[in-house]
Amino acid sequence: MIRPDQLLCPSPAGLYCPPGDFYIDPVRPVDRAVITHGHADHARAGHGTVLATPETLAIMAVRYGEEFTARRQSLGYGETTTINGVEVSFAPAGHVLGSAQAITTWKGMTIVCTGDYKRREDPTCPPFEPIPCHVFISEATFGLPVFVHPDTRGEIAKLLGSVQHNPDRAHLVGAYALGKAQRIITLLRLMGYDQPIYIHGALQRLCDLYEEHGVDLGELRPATIDAKDGPDGKKGGKQDFAGQVIIAPPSAIQDKWARRFPDPLPAFASGWMRVRQRARQRGVELPLIISDHADWTELTDTITEVNPEELWVTHGREEALVRWASLKGLKARPLSLVGYEDENE
Amino acid sequence: MQRFADLLDRLILTPSRNGKLRLMEDYFRAVPDPERGWAVAAITRDLDIRSVKPAMLREMTAERVDAELFALSYDYVGDLGETISLIWPGKRGANYQVSLTEVVETLNAMSRTEARGTVATWLDALDPTARWALIKLITGGLRIGVGARLVKQALANFGGKPIQDIEELWHGLAPPYTALFQWLEGKADKPENAMKAPFRPVMLAHAIEEADKPRIDLSENAFEWKWDGIRVQAVAEGGQTRLYSRTGDDISNAFPDLVESMEFDAAIDGELLVYDPAEPPFAVRPFNDLQQRLNRKTVTKAMLADYPAFIRAYDLLWHDGQDLRGLPFEERRALLERFIDTEKPARFDLSPTVSVKSWEHLAELRANPPLDAIEGLMLKKRSSVYVPGRPRGEWWKWKRQPFLIDAVLMYAQRGHGKRSSYYSDYTFGCWRQDENGTDELVPVGKAYHGFTDEELKRIDRYVRNNTIDRFGPVRSVRASKEEGLVLEIAFEGLARSKRHKSGVSMRFPRISRLRWDKPAADADRLETLEAMIPD
Repeated sequence: MIRPDQLLCPSPAGLYCPPGDFYIDPVRPVDRAVITHGHADHARAGHGTVLATPETLAIMAVRYGEEFTARRQSLGYGETTTINGVEVSFAPAGHVLGSAQAITTWKGMTIVCTGDYKRREDPTCPPFEPIPCHVFISEATFGLPVFVHPDTRGEIAKLLGSVQHNPDRAHLVGAYALGKAQRIITLLRLMGYDQPIYIHGALQRLCDLYEEHGVDLGELRPATIDAKDGPDGKKGGKQDFAGQVIIAPPSAIQDKWARRFPDPLPAFASGWMRVRQRARQRGVELPLIISDHADWTELTDTITEVNPEELWVTHGREEALVRWASLKGLKARPLSLVGYEDENE
Repeated sequence: MQRFADLLDRLILTPSRNGKLRLMEDYFRAVPDPERGWAVAAITRDLDIRSVKPAMLREMTAERVDAELFALSYDYVGDLGETISLIWPGKRGANYQVSLTEVVETLNAMSRTEARGTVATWLDALDPTARWALIKLITGGLRIGVGARLVKQALANFGGKPIQDIEELWHGLAPPYTALFQWLEGKADKPENAMKAPFRPVMLAHAIEEADKPRIDLSENAFEWKWDGIRVQAVAEGGQTRLYSRTGDDISNAFPDLVESMEFDAAIDGELLVYDPAEPPFAVRPFNDLQQRLNRKTVTKAMLADYPAFIRAYDLLWHDGQDLRGLPFEERRALLERFIDTEKPARFDLSPTVSVKSWEHLAELRANPPLDAIEGLMLKKRSSVYVPGRPRGEWWKWKRQPFLIDAVLMYAQRGHGKRSSYYSDYTFGCWRQDENGTDELVPVGKAYHGFTDEELKRIDRYVRNNTIDRFGPVRSVRASKEEGLVLEIAFEGLARSKRHKSGVSMRFPRISRLRWDKPAADADRLETLEAMIPD
């Protein structure tokens, strides 16, 4: 059988498939790209052909405009296509709407590239599906044993409890515009929060897109002071935001934008909030440890469950996961790909 | 442990003082004795707990976690206690949640080896936040940004009592403060402070504003210099000696030279100062010399020799079993003079009175005090009885004019809490010549108050529009001869400093005016500042 790096190998532009002549999540414009999901560090504009799930293609069109690529090729979960003799298919990754693991097979060799993934509850996308393979390429954003995220609903309950205890303060929840924001909203709804939720302008189009794809977000309102419908149904005033939940990109919750709200209480939904000092440095008063990436337990359980012959580790804290694999007697290597960002930073 | 852990966790992340007070008050309401008392002691650092060395926790962790994975994690998290709390593999089935009370009570009764096993069992069952709190507690480093004074204020709010009452009682109480809580909840009488040499909450003065002057009758007042040291209370009773700060913290350990000399039965209110050992007593040294001796647990022999301390006495509160606080100031002063004269305590002298004829005379004395160590004048109504706090119209202070310089804004940093969306902490600099003979700005200080909300908005806008570089929460702003914002800085004093690039450090710098009109090239030079340093 062929060697795995004959099918996929790291290159400056990203993970490259020589026989298929395509890249997975390339960081610079290429002729043919396979895109796992719509986050900006994975999905960039300017490729010749983009192969992705229909949801990811729609997200890219919203973010970059309809001209984001010369040609689009849509492939649903479970469907297979062939590129220059290499079979390519997608399986759900459970990361955000449309997120997929890219499965490539050639001459009997199967490699699964997870893109980003998680194993926890997310009402906005289908759950991660383990696929048997020879080589499993796992992300490692939270690849350190200190990252064991607590129960997600418990974190949402913390937010609801804080809203109840601080009815005079506007709760500003920093959440990544694609995926995290909509997940927080749907979880709030599942836990019985039926008030209108206010959103920063940067979230509007992506929330609309989620709604179009059947994700029910409940009543959303723009978080602008002069909005026609304030929380009391009249023209919105500053005090009307007291005790309300407002969702915004992380950069906005501590910036000038936040000044419009009464005594804002900065919250931030991210796996990084596990480290107290990071929360403190950012001035976050209510850290919510909620991530769209697998934590240490999810990573190691998933690798054990998939049980590949070889593990490749990419973006994040690669060394620790490689060390863990070697302690388990599993062959592992870091890919050291560049150009991928840590969640929300 | 969970409730205590949640309290610490919230306190750390809550920037506002009122928010912290509310968290503590809620905790006192929700948590029974003795646990809430142990929590108080833990935060005020009055908790005597068998400490567990960080190295031992590290060893215990090494038995459970791969060394390389631990090293990578510690490297990332940066704090040993937090790393261990996060990486400790909880034991399935371990569900015994140890309480704060049990930690305090059992740990002190154990040997080191026993403690090791017990702490491990506790860690097995706790969640990461509770583990973190336990580790912080037993390694003795809470560092949560809450001082003893704030805890006392929270206790006062909780019981609806004046904070002076708590301060007065404090040193007679011991953890877990059950009698205190009983009283605060109205279930028992105020606990008697049976301790010898107790603290008596201090009387403070109001600053004189222009509008106050017509209401002050100079003929009713006595006058003294306002000395630039720290206000203290020296109490000796039946061989027990204590030196208290103005908030009732016991600072005896830092001043053994002074405390040893207290061979009397009295409570003296005065100013703690440092004198020049080469001169006849007591030639007062500048505040910077006193600073060498502050905030130390122990002092070296060299410190005692180079910076000997003494007290310049202002008032006599208690003497030979008699509480004198109900007497008028005039009478207390006479008793104080007689006390100093007859007892001749080695490290004490009398704060001299000053005779003042008129407001003009007072203003002249204020502008030209005879010594650097004087920071203004005190006016005390001769009829004033000694009451804690800041009673209106009894005592006044008139501080000398602050020093003023014009400096150029160099860096701005984001504030905290309410001001976190504003660049509100400013580093400013003065001109000096670099080795090539060209002028450069060198930072001379940092200020984060003294401006109005409107002014803050304007500076914030200026910073955003003139940023040339960013380092995390800090922005570097345009500052050259041609461009730059000049800030008029007021400060109380200046000292030489090896830690600052400029070689000077300012006391209480704040922004007194924004000089939008002034060209940056006309800001002050470092030499101007150097000339202000007292020798």
